[in-house]
Amino acid sequence: MTNGKQKNYYQSLSRNMIVSVITVSFAPMLLVIFILLHQFSTAYHEKTYAHLTELVQKHKQQIDTFLNEKLANIRFLAITRTYETLNDNDFLEKKLFYLREDYGNVFVDLGIVDGKGDQVAYAGPHGLANVNYAGADWFKNAWDSDTYISDVFLGFRGTPHFIITVKHKDDERPFLIRATIDFMAFNSLVQNLRIGKTGYAFILNRDGKFQTQPTAGITIEPSEYMFFWEEVEKAHNNILITRLADDTDMDNLYAVGSLKNGDWLLIVKQQSADAFSDLKRMRIISLIIFLFGGAAIVFMAIYISQRMVRRIRRADIAKEGMNQQIIETGKMASIGELAAGIAHEINNPVAIMVEEAGWIGDLLEEEDLAGSANLKEFKRALAQINTQGKRCKEITHKLLSFARKTDSTTKDVQINDLVVEIVNLSRQMAKYNKVVIETDLQKDLPYIMISPSEMQQVLLNLINNALDAMEKTGGVIRISTKVSEIKPGHIVIVVEDTGPGIPEANLPRIFDPFFTTKPVGKGTGLGLSICYGIINKMGGKIDVQSAVEKGARFRIWVPFQQQ
Amino acid sequence: MATSSIMLVDDEVPFVETMAKRLDKRGLKIIAAHSGDEALTLLDREGSVDVIILDVKMPGRDGIETLREIKKRHPLKEVIMLTGHATVETAIEGMKLGAFDYLMKPCDIDTLITKVKEAVRKKHSHDEKIEKARIDKLILNRGYD
Repeated sequence: MTNGKQKNYYQSLSRNMIVSVITVSFAPMLLVIFILLHQFSTAYHEKTYAHLTELVQKHKQQIDTFLNEKLANIRFLAITRTYETLNDNDFLEKKLFYLREDYGNVFVDLGIVDGKGDQVAYAGPHGLANVNYAGADWFKNAWDSDTYISDVFLGFRGTPHFIITVKHKDDERPFLIRATIDFMAFNSLVQNLRIGKTGYAFILNRDGKFQTQPTAGITIEPSEYMFFWEEVEKAHNNILITRLADDTDMDNLYAVGSLKNGDWLLIVKQQSADAFSDLKRMRIISLIIFLFGGAAIVFMAIYISQRMVRRIRRADIAKEGMNQQIIETGKMASIGELAAGIAHEINNPVAIMVEEAGWIGDLLEEEDLAGSANLKEFKRALAQINTQGKRCKEITHKLLSFARKTDSTTKDVQINDLVVEIVNLSRQMAKYNKVVIETDLQKDLPYIMISPSEMQQVLLNLINNALDAMEKTGGVIRISTKVSEIKPGHIVIVVEDTGPGIPEANLPRIFDPFFTTKPVGKGTGLGLSICYGIINKMGGKIDVQSAVEKGARFRIWVPFQQQ
Repeated sequence: MATSSIMLVDDEVPFVETMAKRLDKRGLKIIAAHSGDEALTLLDREGSVDVIILDVKMPGRDGIETLREIKKRHPLKEVIMLTGHATVETAIEGMKLGAFDYLMKPCDIDTLITKVKEAVRKKHSHDEKIEKARIDKLILNRGYD
């Protein structure tokens, strides 16, 4: 019961230690991880957004510059040449040749379109002379403004392209100089813009049509992005950064900027997972660190606390043992004093009682009482009083030897000699009880500094107890001496018998004064407590191992001076 | 021998009384005292005491003290120490101071009688020796007259 309670106590102690260690270790770790992650995440977002903003801004400028530059080239033609000069295929061919030489294959062809939409002159690979553009969408817009850049369209040639026009405001006959810009050249400006693994860019016009070739394999419904127009105008720097989920539920990051005076939108799209892959990796690393660290903390907390609890438990047990011994010693000492007092105080009354009985006995001797019928009974009673008085005397005598040792002068003793002496003394009595005493004495034992008469008393007590135990059955008493292997620096004397043994319930009390299992009048219950006291005083230890029907085994350890 | 008287000193009055009666019945003349001081006073007055049975443990002047005083004042008187077990060592100590023997309480009357008789005999033999020496001295002195 007490054991269970103690076990519980240690379990809860261990649990408390584990919980506090884990709490104390986890709290700062979690705090640090979360704060750092949050900071890192914020910084990373800012960095990513800034990067995208810059990217869009740069490309916006680049594309605008590209368009303006091309426009400027054509405008130069319009300003510096007259209609007559321009309305000449050869001249246009030459101009186109120079332009291509300067700017690569950006310029596809050149044409002069008059007010009716007729292309009056043309230079280029597509043979589009004499084509009428009056019905084309761009023509009206181009005619109404000084310069015009069209959206991408298929036109007569059936391939995507866009044109730039400059209106020559010749007084009599205004005309347009039209140049076709190679779609691929323009497209590469945007298409080369790749970010990470999934980031790409495209351009939309106000009708939601692609102005660049969308990257293969990615389907986009341009109409979904129409609301960007409004947002962009409101955004700071006219660049909008936003996150949206697309129809596949993929979270995407969009950076949007307007182009061409707000006609087009440059959209850079990247999957958020890709954009923030570093962040994600960081999170995974943190999680792994957290898991491993946490596991390590938990393991250490459990391991250390259990080790500590084990140690505390051991210390507690040791302390308890020591306390027990102190209590035992204290008990012995106080019982010793008590015994001495009682012995002395009882001696006098007993002496008087015995004397009075003797006196009555003396008086009975007188003749006038000799005839009394009860004389015999009186004498028997007096004899009994005398006997019991002597018993009291014996008890007090033993009590006193328990309290104070008769001859306690110590000298160097060879324990084997002592054992042999005692065995010889007891042999006769043992024979009478059909008990054999065997000895197994290790030779050359070191000398021990003890009082021989006290040691004799101890051995005699143990032998007498064994003899009493085997009174009816007979048996063997084995006495052995050797240098102890369990307790270094001690000699161990073992007295064991083959008697009926000691019930387990009696074992803890066996050294208690006045504890006896012998019938009334046979034992005082002081023998073993006297032994205990004597051995304790020698700085030694005595213990007993026994079980019913297994015999008893007393071990005495006595320290010797090591040379 | 019939004239020899014994002094019994013990603070336990009933013990002394009973013991006195029993010893008296066995032909010994008993003078009882219940403390060391009383014993000394009585001894000074009573010259015929041969043996003193003296309890070791008494209130006031204890056995050892009393013994020392007796031996100082009456060196020829024999003292038997009477002791409970607790004071055996003291009794032995008393013997070193010149006590005849010691007895343990409760004591067997026969043992006591034997010891007392031995003590009386010893005392008497001492007395006789001294007497003889005196007479010899007297005769010797006379011889020179």
